[in-house]
Amino acid sequence: MIDFEMPKPIAQQSYALKTVAENMMRPVSQYFDENEHEIPWDYINFMHMAMRATGAGSLAPRESKKNGDEKKKDRPPIGYQSLAFMLETLAWGDVGIYLVTPGGGLGAAAVEASGTQEQKEKFLARFAAEKPTFAAMAMTEAQAGSDTSAIRTTALLDRQTNEWVLNGEKIFVTGGHKSLEESDGFVVVWATIDPSAGRAGMRSFVVEAGTPGIKVEKLEDKMGIRASDTATIVLQDCRVPFDHILGSPEVVKSPTTTKGFKGAMATFDATRPLVAATAIGVARATLELVKQMLADQGINVRYGLPRQKLTNIEREVIDMEVMLRSAWLLVIKAVWMADMKKPNSKEASMSKVRAGDVVTRITQKAVELMGPIGYSRDTLLEKWFRDAKISDIYEGTGQINRLVVARQILNYSGRDLR
Amino acid sequence: MYSFEPSDEQKMLVDTIKRYASSDLRAGAHDADEEAMLPPSLVEKGWELGFLQASIPEDYGGFGERSAVTGVLAAEEMAWGDLAGALAVMTPGLFALPVLLGGSEEQKQTYIPPVIEAEWLPYSAALLEPHFDFDANDLSTVANPEGDSYVLSGEKVYVPYAADAPAMIVYARLNGTTQGFIVPKDTPGFEIGERQKLLGIYALPVYRVFLKNTRIPKINRLGGDIGHDFAPILDAARLAMAALAIGVSRAAYEYSRDYAKERDVFGVKVAQKQAIAFMLAEMATEIEAIRLLVWEAAWMLDNGKEDASKQAYLALSGATDMAMMVTDRAVQILGGHGYVRDHPVEMWMRNGRGIATLTGLALL
Repeated sequence: MIDFEMPKPIAQQSYALKTVAENMMRPVSQYFDENEHEIPWDYINFMHMAMRATGAGSLAPRESKKNGDEKKKDRPPIGYQSLAFMLETLAWGDVGIYLVTPGGGLGAAAVEASGTQEQKEKFLARFAAEKPTFAAMAMTEAQAGSDTSAIRTTALLDRQTNEWVLNGEKIFVTGGHKSLEESDGFVVVWATIDPSAGRAGMRSFVVEAGTPGIKVEKLEDKMGIRASDTATIVLQDCRVPFDHILGSPEVVKSPTTTKGFKGAMATFDATRPLVAATAIGVARATLELVKQMLADQGINVRYGLPRQKLTNIEREVIDMEVMLRSAWLLVIKAVWMADMKKPNSKEASMSKVRAGDVVTRITQKAVELMGPIGYSRDTLLEKWFRDAKISDIYEGTGQINRLVVARQILNYSGRDLR
Repeated sequence: MYSFEPSDEQKMLVDTIKRYASSDLRAGAHDADEEAMLPPSLVEKGWELGFLQASIPEDYGGFGERSAVTGVLAAEEMAWGDLAGALAVMTPGLFALPVLLGGSEEQKQTYIPPVIEAEWLPYSAALLEPHFDFDANDLSTVANPEGDSYVLSGEKVYVPYAADAPAMIVYARLNGTTQGFIVPKDTPGFEIGERQKLLGIYALPVYRVFLKNTRIPKINRLGGDIGHDFAPILDAARLAMAALAIGVSRAAYEYSRDYAKERDVFGVKVAQKQAIAFMLAEMATEIEAIRLLVWEAAWMLDNGKEDASKQAYLALSGATDMAMMVTDRAVQILGGHGYVRDHPVEMWMRNGRGIATLTGLALL
């Protein structure tokens, strides 16, 4: 039965999150934008405390726990949906600050998506510890962005010590600094165990903070999301125990399997709609502020009029609302499918394509519509314009996600459609 | 709880309509467009699927309950077959649904059963007017009370099957609001003009209608003395057009996708070129996004949610742009072949532009 009623637990959580966004994020939004590389500890500590109190622990999407309550057992799972709503609201507050939320982020998501039960227990427990803890994912290299199979970081097995030895350099690691130097976290590093094998050689490894041979070499200065650190990480004869390779023994051992690569892609099916949700948060913040600023000038959009009778500004606002709502519904559908355990690769990428488009267009249009006010730093519109653009780049650029959608709808392999 | 899964009943209905849309509407669409005529048997067959009848309670001769969600699912399938054919099959709803939504009990008892219980009869409605900035909430056609009558005057356009309609609802401005009036054929001063030729939907006969001091008894005002609220009718019209837009767009998208997978270019298939593949990916994403917007609007209307009217308006706004974007690209993907009438995409592009204009030619 088609239903658009927001589940009650989500509605309840939304109220609390909005309060956090309004009180912990917005007031310091501009400060952490203007002081890149400073860390919003107040927010981090507050969120850590709140998540510990509610038992949330990790922000990573995961299987909903078995619930003893008979009544609750029959309810359909809403884990991903609830996470998408949470992220949307936090990003509405400030997407840069949201990115420094402790609890594991993409690193934990990768462990959730492709780790074994033992690995999940081993690596994820730390997020419930007393101090806020971070984790990151290191995929991109200087020569390998969207083409992840071109990575050159190597992981060679030292049979004498049964350790993996990692060598290489990773860039654009979101939260790498906080994961390795500001907490006892970890970074999930993608590397090849056989550089001649292409995708079949790709595996992911958990490298914990304090491991000799891994270090943060540089922090990027960015256009937006400045509250979040983006690190370059160097691995030099960095040794990790054998069981830090993520996945089942089959994945670990087979020389030909592409399951490692597919594990990365499966992570994306889970995380793309969530990144899309953060884009929606920024877009909604922008649209709400534009409507508020117009209302302050006595301009209220006259819904219901034929287009021919609308002013240009009204048309723009209506178009933005259509874009925003339809993109958000795509996100909700994609996470609903994830909760229902339906394959959602196509919908996940669709939601990311749409959300990336929508947030860039809405924020760009907002700055234009608000004229000399929009372009100035008197409001957050220009910041959101800068924050928005990354949504169309990270977690798969708009173009990569179009490629994913196109292959799905055309029933093409990567070879058919390059 | 969110769910994007239609009920089993809805799936059955959609399957039934899908078969008709494919084997009848789509199969006959090209000739119907060329000949500017829909075979009566084709329309009758669609009518017998009971799409409208299922929206009308048993008390008035139907066998169901109105559901906007079910309506949009059905309308998408119909329009996937052919927009003109879909509008023809749905034409009697232009009369029956406003009576259901806004009529007095007596009017429902009197007017709905003859529409619902018979074979397809072109009961119709006249809403649109010949102004570029036509506004359903601010009509030029007026109704003036005179004794026991209302006197209607004005000009209407795009009235489906007006020449054959046993009766129609004529919308006119009364005290600043839009009100419906039941006008039987042969009412003095009620003149049917020539059949109009449009950019698209050639197969659907639409007419100008003139109201020259047309006098009708006051009891023919929809809702009786107190009249009715026009908003639910306009919501139903917007939602219907948005749902139909999805069908037209999906037809064009699927056709151009399949063509691109067959057609060779530079040693590969057209669809293997990213320039084309990305267009198709965007078309698919657009349709999926707007479909969800339309579903949500329908669900809000069914559940009496605040802002449901606004959502229906936004859904139609999105659907209007979707239809043009998708159908234009479908023609583009077929290139020169898309421009010739051997392929249906040029017809869909002409029909697609109609979504912006045709609100009021279908109700759900």
